[in-house]
Amino acid sequence: MKSLRSVAFVLLFSLLAACGGPADERGPTNTLQRGLSSDPETLDPHKARSTQAADVLRDLGEGLVGYSATGELVPAAAASWELSDDGLIYTFHLRDELRWSNGEAVTAEHFVAGMRRLVNPATAAFYAQMLTGIENADGIISGSIPVSMLGVEAPDERTLVLRLTQRTPYLLSLLTHPSTFPIHTPSLETHGESFARPGRFVTNGAYQLDAWVPGSLIALRRNEHYWNNAGTAIDAVNYHVIVNNAAELNRYRAGDLHITNTVPADSFGLVRKEYGDQLRVAPYLAVYYYGLNLTKPPFKDNLPLREALSMAIDRDELTATITGRGEQSAYSWVPPGVANYTPAQLGFAALDKEERERLARARYKEAGYGEENPLEVEIRYNTSDLHRKVAVAVQSMWREVLGVEATLINEEFQVLLANMRDAEITQVFRSSWTGDYNDAHTFLSVLQSDSAANLPRYVSDQYDDLMRRAAAQVDPERRRLYLEEAERVMLADYPVIPLYVFVSKHLVSPEVRGWGDNVLDYHYSQHLSLSAPD
Amino acid sequence: MLRYTLLRILGAIPTLLLVIALAFLMVHAAPGGPFDDERVLPADVAANIEAAYHLDDPLPQQFLRYLTGLLRGDLGPSYRYVDYGVGELIGIAFPYSLRLGLMAMALALLLGVGAGTVAALRQGTALDRIVMGFSMTGISVPVFVIAPVLSLLFAVKLQWLPAGWSGAHGAGRYVLPVVTLALPQIAYLARLTRASMIDVLGRDFIRTARAQGLGIATVVRVHALKPAMLPVLSYLGPAIAAILTGSVVVEEIFGIPGLGQLFVRGALNRDYTLVLGIVVFYAALIVALNLIVDILYAVLDPRVRYR
Repeated sequence: MKSLRSVAFVLLFSLLAACGGPADERGPTNTLQRGLSSDPETLDPHKARSTQAADVLRDLGEGLVGYSATGELVPAAAASWELSDDGLIYTFHLRDELRWSNGEAVTAEHFVAGMRRLVNPATAAFYAQMLTGIENADGIISGSIPVSMLGVEAPDERTLVLRLTQRTPYLLSLLTHPSTFPIHTPSLETHGESFARPGRFVTNGAYQLDAWVPGSLIALRRNEHYWNNAGTAIDAVNYHVIVNNAAELNRYRAGDLHITNTVPADSFGLVRKEYGDQLRVAPYLAVYYYGLNLTKPPFKDNLPLREALSMAIDRDELTATITGRGEQSAYSWVPPGVANYTPAQLGFAALDKEERERLARARYKEAGYGEENPLEVEIRYNTSDLHRKVAVAVQSMWREVLGVEATLINEEFQVLLANMRDAEITQVFRSSWTGDYNDAHTFLSVLQSDSAANLPRYVSDQYDDLMRRAAAQVDPERRRLYLEEAERVMLADYPVIPLYVFVSKHLVSPEVRGWGDNVLDYHYSQHLSLSAPD
Repeated sequence: MLRYTLLRILGAIPTLLLVIALAFLMVHAAPGGPFDDERVLPADVAANIEAAYHLDDPLPQQFLRYLTGLLRGDLGPSYRYVDYGVGELIGIAFPYSLRLGLMAMALALLLGVGAGTVAALRQGTALDRIVMGFSMTGISVPVFVIAPVLSLLFAVKLQWLPAGWSGAHGAGRYVLPVVTLALPQIAYLARLTRASMIDVLGRDFIRTARAQGLGIATVVRVHALKPAMLPVLSYLGPAIAAILTGSVVVEEIFGIPGLGQLFVRGALNRDYTLVLGIVVFYAALIVALNLIVDILYAVLDPRVRYR
């Protein structure tokens, strides 16, 4: 009978195991339930790098400047600021009533400590280069200058002075980014590098960290000491980590979530029909593009070929039938909607389909290709249904219009990243770029010759020069003209094939009040409130 | 028996070492590194990060560092979860997988062995065909189909059970994942038990027992069940391992923070230490489970004796 006994033992053990599970925190009734597409790698504001971490950190922490629900810059930890006449010295005045979640005062020194920690090579921060406009930041990052030399000072508890090496008109938008948040220095001393964990993390935002079960849930609750605590309606926020889009939609359907992170591509039409205006679609600061490896044939020194390939793609067809979630065709590198900027347009943007294709064929011939010797080329993309569909569509457009024979190669994302970085075997590759702040610079700086993110390896003295000139302008209007001219120059060189501009897509329950669509897709929980459904 | 057990444990050490060495080479051979991103980092920043994690050292040196750490019981830091050590992450995630796996296994044993025995006793009847039909379906329909269908039906449409882990408390949230995970095992165990039971019921000693006037229930309980359980038992070791390692899909769809989803995320993110740590942990677990099953086997079957 021993076998029966062992079976009974397994059963009993399982029942015990079932009963003794750790209880997950759920928070009070006024709790906002949000979907999050993956775990943050850390909630340490200076080490975090994913958009998921930044989303949660915007609830937990606060920079000198913040964004309103509709995406306008607003004072946050700083009540006001001045810029010197030469545009190189910012002086910030902190609010009097700033408190950490443990009740201690937030001082200008905490901001200095945070920024020094960001550029310190020992921190190994991903966003270290956010501060490159500030005096000595580059030298500190490369390890040649001591951290204490950073051009950030606190003359008194409430005043913070930032000295810049060059005019950085987008500096204020950088100061909304979690990587520029202050640090509670005593926590760092007590807990070392892993201070940003539940039970330890002292925060200065509207919320504090209650619990984090990796792979499942991040629970936040109200920070009673926050300066605008009275203006914060929601008591607790649960971020549910749901990697699978379809599972997230099910959770929304079951009433588990107030806000989803996205909407699955293949059920988009269905969702729109089912939920009507609960579906929020808004332009997003990100461009989906095909990069061309300019260091190798066939694209090296062959402008007409690059132009022909870009021209032969019917972007409207692509956004209407393939992506189909309200994305806009891209005829520029900088997406529309960027503050104080009008994107330049690809030369053929205004042509009709017939004219465009005729011109594409002419350029293709000019490039030395034709029916007898068609171009053979590889398109690399990372494994995903959407990327495959786009690649198949581009492949067939190139074949129909030009007779190009394109081979599709799908790779795991990390493999594609390594290949793009090495630029050895790539020809055409899929990538995208998401803006870090609402300024054309976040897109245009990517294609500067010294940029690590310049995947096509575009090198143009004229472009670099225009970018330098733009950086030197005091007048925002003149700066804008230089940036627009730089984009025009770059687009005429065809290092990239912009395909479409992303949209953000969320399901937002009717119970949620105060939601605002914005190009950055930032939605601070402190701007929202919950009411009973109508 | 004690000596056998000790020898088996000693014998497992080279196996584990080999697994570690192979796994180490394989994760490092995969193209791309843990810190690659579309947002390519400036060289200075990238160098700082690689230095912080010793990724700029030669591979043999990294392997030695890993092994020495392992001897001290240190599985290293996770590259993806910056604030956590690998040992700590496994410690957080494994209880969820274990609980899920054991409950699924218990359910599978109860229903699988039960249904299989009933089908064997009612061989050839409609009941038998229903059980076997069901188990055929259970074996052929993959978990990634069952899970969303069950979720859609019971959580979204009927709203009887929670759709996701993090949005609920208590035992209710275990029901769907456990059932999903158990279904293929129930099906397999039912077939296994039925075949084994039919075989045993046809043996001479059963006929003798019946001839002595014992009721069928007593014969099954006292005489048939134990020998019929032998193939089931030897299947149990691999089955528990399969359930523990195979809950990846279930964990992903129901949002359970277990080891399976951690492993997949780790592999996709090139979180070398996390992947290695979980491989080492699973390898040790599987070796241990096989050992336990072997010993149980010896206890159950008097013909098996080790020298």
